[in-house]
Amino acid sequence: MATEAISVQHLSKLYATRDGGVAALERISFSIEEGAFVAVVGPSGCGKSTLLKILAGLLAPSGGNASLRGTVIQGPRRDIGVVFQAPVLFPWRTVLDNVLLPIDVQGQGRDRFLAAAKDLLALVGLREFERRYPWELSGGMQQRVAITRALIHDPAMLLMDEPFGALDAMTREHMNLELQRIWTEKKKTVFFITHSIPEAVFLADRVLVMTPRPGRIVDDLAIKLPRPRPLDLMTTPEFGAYTRHIRALFNVKGGLDA
Amino acid sequence: MRSTKNVVLSVLLFCASVAAWEGLVRLFEVPAFILPAPSQVALALWRGFSSGLYLQHLSHTLLETMLGFIAGSALGLILGTAVALSRPVEFFLYPYIVMFQSLPKVALAPLIVVWFGLGLTSKVINAALIAFFPLLVNTMVGLRSADEERVSLMRSLAASERQIFWMLRLPNSLPFVMAGLDVAMIFALIGAIVAEFVGAQKGLGMLIQSMNFNMDVSGQFSILLILSVVGLLLNRGVMMIRKRVLFWDPSEKERIDQERVSA
Repeated sequence: MATEAISVQHLSKLYATRDGGVAALERISFSIEEGAFVAVVGPSGCGKSTLLKILAGLLAPSGGNASLRGTVIQGPRRDIGVVFQAPVLFPWRTVLDNVLLPIDVQGQGRDRFLAAAKDLLALVGLREFERRYPWELSGGMQQRVAITRALIHDPAMLLMDEPFGALDAMTREHMNLELQRIWTEKKKTVFFITHSIPEAVFLADRVLVMTPRPGRIVDDLAIKLPRPRPLDLMTTPEFGAYTRHIRALFNVKGGLDA
Repeated sequence: MRSTKNVVLSVLLFCASVAAWEGLVRLFEVPAFILPAPSQVALALWRGFSSGLYLQHLSHTLLETMLGFIAGSALGLILGTAVALSRPVEFFLYPYIVMFQSLPKVALAPLIVVWFGLGLTSKVINAALIAFFPLLVNTMVGLRSADEERVSLMRSLAASERQIFWMLRLPNSLPFVMAGLDVAMIFALIGAIVAEFVGAQKGLGMLIQSMNFNMDVSGQFSILLILSVVGLLLNRGVMMIRKRVLFWDPSEKERIDQERVSA
């Protein structure tokens, strides 16, 4: 049996409020096989960001457990890469220095990773920008730097929290293609959170559909579309069938507010 | 704004004001011990510099100011960091620091001169005491203002608190620290002059006192002029350092861009 990249059992998270508590997550269970691209789609407030924070070791669950590659998550760990909605770059570091931040933190010695950093920057088309500063880059370019940074220490998996949510529609489509290309090349397990149904269907092997109050997974949908997927795929009936199916779940369970 | 036309206009405006001042003083025969004419101030300035008197006192005041600035900034940086990093330090120490700050420190100058004498030490201490507070507050706020998302990122990389401090909080605080240095520089000059007023053997503040005693108002005006120019230059110096250190700061960039546009 292959080890599962992510395994979550009966995971709950309660936030204390004045009138008792709010269940951000209620007894969620799922597992993700090594190398898969899994998207979680749901409206704002359905607990998907909470889920990612627990997987990243930034939040402790209230109940149940989550493990990565067979070991229970007990805090941040070094075999994952996280990409947030904002690029979260350090303005006083050049592009290359931003990419090398995880190496600096882990005290691994830059020399060994310099070539890898340059290769990764080339992979995302930013090779000639390595000496620039973040404020000299567009939003899409900044997010590509953030993805490169998440990959530099060669983590087993990527956790992405609405990484393209702040980008305009055209840049976003372009980034989707880029991410698909990077994933095809690197074969990392990707856990990708979004509130865009088409984005989830386009990118993922599997889509977990979440609804809020309390945060639950209401469907686990395998996307059987051939790869590599071109943008044109979004206009095909098969693609439309998947998005319609997911949208229908929200219409029953309370609509998308985004 | 800085077109040739405007520069010429600005120079003309300056000349006209000085000429009007000169003319009015002469017309109404205002005595020199009340308001000296610009020509008399210029004469005093010339005499003071050519005799070497002003330079000697100016260099002494500058030395006091710089030493006070360095000592006060260092104290402010250290205390500000301690308060920002440690809740106990904040709880036990910060109220006293605020109390000390709300005290008009000019009123402390006589005591400091009694304790540390008429020489350099009392001036440096007074300058440092006035200069340290802006640094303390700015360092404190700067270290605590690190963006939550950046802190999350560091934590997700399993960074230690020490690493978060050196790699994130410290560089992040620099815009605040530089703004504090800006203010501290001028405060240090004020502190040095005030202490010289109270009791000194050298320095521009002492010189103003003795001129006042001799009713040499032109001389006093000439020294006020020197002090304002010195203040301006010191401020410019800090701003130059700030631009180099904060090349990455968006607000700084905006300022640089604006200057480029207006140039």
